[in-house]
Order: sequence, then structure tokens, then C-alpha cells
Amino acid sequence: MHKFLIRSFVSSLVLLFTLTVAAVAKDVKAAFVYIGPTGDHGWTYQHDVGRKAVEAAGFKTTYVEGVPESADAERVLRQLANSGHDVIFTTSFGYMNPTNKVAKEFPNVKFEHATGYKREHPNVSTYAARFYEGRTILGTIAGTMTKSNVIGYVASFPIPEVIRGINSFTLAAQKVNPNIKTKIVWAFTWYDPGKEAEAAKALIDQGADVIAQHTDSTAIVQMAEKAGVYAFGQASDMDKFAPKAVLTSVENNWGPYYVDRVKAVANGTWSQKDTWHGIGDGMVVISDLDSQMPADLRSKVKKLQADLASGKVHSFTGPIYDQKGNLMVAEGKTADDGMLAGMMTYVKGVEGDIPK
Amino acid sequence: MIKIVKRDQPSRAIFFFTPVLAIFLTLVAGGLIFFILGFKPFEALKFFFIVPIADKYGFSELLLKATPLCLIAIGLSFCFKSNNWNIGAEGQLTFGAIVSGGVALLFYEQEGFYILPIVILAGAIGGMMYASIPAILKTYFNTNEILVSLMLVYVSKLILDYLVVGPWSNPEGFNFPETRQFSDSAKLPLLFEGLRIHAGIFLALAAVVISWFVFYKTYLGFQMKVSGFSLKTAKYAGYKGKKMIILVFLISGACAGLAGVGEITGPIGQLHREISPDYGFTAIIVAFLGRLHPVGIIFASLVVAITYLGAETAQIFMQIPKYTGQVFQGMILFFLLASDYLLFFKIKFIGSKK
Repeated sequence: MHKFLIRSFVSSLVLLFTLTVAAVAKDVKAAFVYIGPTGDHGWTYQHDVGRKAVEAAGFKTTYVEGVPESADAERVLRQLANSGHDVIFTTSFGYMNPTNKVAKEFPNVKFEHATGYKREHPNVSTYAARFYEGRTILGTIAGTMTKSNVIGYVASFPIPEVIRGINSFTLAAQKVNPNIKTKIVWAFTWYDPGKEAEAAKALIDQGADVIAQHTDSTAIVQMAEKAGVYAFGQASDMDKFAPKAVLTSVENNWGPYYVDRVKAVANGTWSQKDTWHGIGDGMVVISDLDSQMPADLRSKVKKLQADLASGKVHSFTGPIYDQKGNLMVAEGKTADDGMLAGMMTYVKGVEGDIPK
Repeated sequence: MIKIVKRDQPSRAIFFFTPVLAIFLTLVAGGLIFFILGFKPFEALKFFFIVPIADKYGFSELLLKATPLCLIAIGLSFCFKSNNWNIGAEGQLTFGAIVSGGVALLFYEQEGFYILPIVILAGAIGGMMYASIPAILKTYFNTNEILVSLMLVYVSKLILDYLVVGPWSNPEGFNFPETRQFSDSAKLPLLFEGLRIHAGIFLALAAVVISWFVFYKTYLGFQMKVSGFSLKTAKYAGYKGKKMIILVFLISGACAGLAGVGEITGPIGQLHREISPDYGFTAIIVAFLGRLHPVGIIFASLVVAITYLGAETAQIFMQIPKYTGQVFQGMILFFLLASDYLLFFKIKFIGSKK
């Protein structure tokens, strides 16, 4: 009899052990939904670099590329949620409504939506990067390097994210060179090499000798290379596409955030968040500074980078005036996140009007 | 020895057989591509064509996807049968969606049974208005309808861009390029709880029945057929060509406009920049694959719809690049056009003389 007892005790111990191990080592699977191809060398490419970091951390990942923001997005999300994925990253603004809709149906799956503002269910988080901090660096470089005092800027859509970038860039450029003007061309696209190149050409024809961009392809830096003007890479280090033109790039570095969030799902510590990280948290990274820039500018930029990271310098420090001369931010104050999130007016020094 | 002989008359059997042959050749070539890319061909084809529609939800998604394709292709078949090359269904879809979306926004936060019919009608009228431009330019100014209708696609997308970025953008939406969500009364009712398939499918089925009746039972259908074979004959027979050209364009535009309505008042529920993954262009493949026959178009729309769904499944489960879906669509059209050679020529095997 006692033999039976011992045996059943041992076997139940073994069973318990197996169950515990299974619970700890539960595979967490992460899925990524991309708007473009992983080879765009811009927005989607950088998200995929982040996904690879998640794989390197020991998690399984799946991705679907080229998912249009039409009725198709919802089906892809539902299929991913249905096929055993525990956390789904939706990496384009247009996935906002489908993400929240599908999240409602799958309360046990976590959803992470990039660049949106809707968190309608407890399993939806949002995240974005403070790209405007990177643009403060670019503005400083552009204001120093320009000879014509005309800086070109290819913009995508008139949303706060893009307006904020233009303003941050212009403010920084004015600080080192009060005579500069920022000329904007609205491309009304995130990714269209043909349109972007045309926009860059139009700006160069108007005398711009430094071109900044808030669109994703490498067409602009290549156009700048051909025309012999300076440019900045967007989203990824674009130096290899235009070695002479590109002075530096602002890189989107999603890897640390992705690994962090997937680990949180694995540990059961995931909770709803609205994340907005900048240079300090490593979500915005400045690529190597080109040797064409004078040494003192390079060291100035390095210092600015460190000060932005530590919070000693804020991209929007008053006094800041709008185009009509009205005070936006008082002297000694900085713009708060609420103001930044809804920023829809140009600062003084930007030419033209925001398209309505 | 093989000898190629011209047929006296196109073979009717082969006319309906070549689409099947084209699909078969696409599967073979697709399997070959998967093999070259290093995937197991049969497993890949299974994930592409069977897994996505293996359950109720998957099947409902297939019907949802096929609905706009079928509707547009039916409309296009009126044009193509009568030698009118309307390439701009995507533009007519977009403009129909703009007009109907505008009406839906007028009824924002209002409820009432009368709202949906008005919204649907507005979409059909929008599509007709937009299709009338190439039709009128063709009949009165002798312009090329291929160019005009195609170029108008880009114009319509720019108009949509302008509206959703500017005047129609959601006032609470931080200026992102999208409108408010439509009220429930302006949305097509869902057919089943938990599935996305909506009442728009009845519009497509109605279009199928009506087109069959018009093609084979009416004088207009006969006129279209004669004009399709020979414009000179049609003229000689005394048909009023201009009236017919405008009519087929209007029908085609109405169908495309309704497809746009189905998307924005169905699964999307608002206007934004990406309301259609180029349904208007893909429907051209559907129309030809279906041999411009209403029943054929139903089958063709299902086949092409599955290439969209299959591409997603294949990427999720086998990491096959999603763009292979477009490769499949291209291959279907390519093999169809290539095998049409058999319509007009036959291959004779001649035994060598001893």
C-alpha cells in the first residue's frame, strides 16, 4: 500500500514540475503588421529591425508586410489574433480603428499601435517617438551648413507630428543662424519616390542648399546628391545611398521598446501605456556625423544630443512666436506634451501656410 | 511534328476552357516559384488557396472580398463587350465613395431608415457622373477613353486626398487624414453576428442577374454584341452608337460607385485615403477571366479574391512574401491572354512519315 502512495506522490511531483516548467516557458509570440515592404529602407525597414531584436531576445515573431489601411487591415489583425499571437504591433497610423475594433474581440491578446491616440480597450497601448528632438539636431546642422540661407523641407501630411518636426527644425536652425528661411513642399504621401524626388528638385530650384525630409524613401537624398546639396536621412541611416549629401540621419530605433513590451507580456506585467520616447530613451538615434561638417559643429551637436537626452535642453523652449508674431511659449517656459500633441501652427521663420 | 493551323471560327468550347487552363497553369507556375524560393510547393499552395477559406469566417471574408470585384467586373463587362475600354473603374469607385461618403457625413449622428438608400444612391450617381466624363469626351470629341478614364483615376484620388486632409477631416481627429465614422443608419447591415459580410453582396448578385438579362434578352444587349464584333457593322445597321456608349459607361460607373459604397459603408465605416486596394484595376482581370459572362465573373471574382487572402495566410504561416498575391494575379491574366492563342489557332500533331 505505501508503495502505491509513494509512487503516486512521486508521479504527482513530476506532473507538478512539468506543469510549472510549461507555465514559465510558455512561448510568447509577437506579430508585426507593416504598411510597406520590409525593404523600403525607411519606416517599415526600421520596424523590422526592431522585430529582429525581439527574435534575438528569444521570442517567436511573425510579420505581414504591405497591409493596406483599407478593409484588409482588420482581417489581417483578426487572423494574427486568432493564430496564437500574444502581442500584435500595428505600425501605421491608419490601423488605429481596426486595431481597437479587433482588440475588443480578443481581450487576451495585447495590441500596440504606433503613432495613434485611441486606446479604447485595456489591451491597447500606443507608442511613438519624439522625432522632433532629432530634428532639433538636424536644424542646428542645417542652419550652420547653409550658404544660401534657404532650407528645403519635404513634408508628408499636415498633422501635428509633421508640423512639430518643421517647427523644431526651424527653431534650432534660427538659433544658430537668424537669417534662415524654411521652405516647405507638401508631398501628401509617406512613401512615393517619384513624388518625393520632384518635391526635392522644386526646393533645390528655389535655392535651397540643405534639404530635410519627413517622408520615407531614399529618393530625396539621392536627388540632393545629384544636385550637390546637403540632406538628412530619415528613419534609417541613409548615408550609403548618398554619401556626399547625407550629413547625418535620424534613426527610428524600436528594438528596445519591442523587446521590453514582449518581455512584459511573457512575465505577465504588461499594462496599458502611452509611450512617447525620445533621444534619452534611445528610441531616436542620431547616425554618425559626416566629416564634411566642421569639427566644432560636430562637438556642438554631440553636446546638444547629450543635453536633449538628459532633458537639460528642450526642443521647444520659449520665447517662441508663431508666423504672425503671437507668443506661443513664454520666455523660460517649455511646451508641454499637450501643446506638442496638438501643434497645428507654424513658428516664425517658416514660409507659407499649412494646407487646409 | 507539330503544326499550327488557324481556326475558321473561334472554338466555343475552348472559349470557356481557357480560363480553367489559365488557373491551372498559374497553380503549376506558382508551385514552381515557391519551390525555387525554397518553400514546399504543395504546402504553400495549401496555405494560399485552401487554409484561408477553410472555416466559416474565412469563407465570409472571401465573399466580402469578392463582392466589390464582382460588382465592378459586371459593370466593366458592359463596356468591354461593346468595345469601350473603360480602364478607370478605380476612379469611378473613388468618386462614388466620395459622393456617398459626403452624403453619409451630412447625416452624421442622425438615425433613420431613409438614410442608407440615399447614401447608396448617391454612390451610384457619383460613379455615373465620373464615368460620363470619358464617355462624353469619346462620343463628342473623339478622345481615347482608355487614356481619359485612366488619368481620371489619379484625379479622383487627389480629390479624395484633399477632402479627407482638409474640409472633411474629423474635427476631433488631430488633423489626421480621415473623416468621422458614419452613423449606424448610414452603414450597410451585417448579415451575421461577428462576421463582416454585409448587405452589399445583394447589390452584386442583383447586378449579375440584371446583366445576364440585358446581355441575352434585350435589344441593348444585342446592340452591344454587334458593336463589339464590328463597329462598322453596328453603324451600317443604324444603331445610335453614341447613346449606347454613354449608357454602357453609366452602367459601368454605377457599378464601380456601388462597390465604393460597399467598402466605406461596410467594413471601413468612414472615408480615408485608402478605401480600395486597387479593386478597380483588379476587376479588369476578373472581367476577362470570367469571359465577360455574368456567371463566369462570379467564379472569377472568387478566384481572384482568394489570391488576396491567401497571400496573407502564406506570409503569416510560412513567411512567404505577401506580394506573391500580386504575382498570382498577374500570372492568371498572363496565362489567360497566352492561352487565348488557342481560340484562334489549333495545334495539330502530324505523325512523321516512315
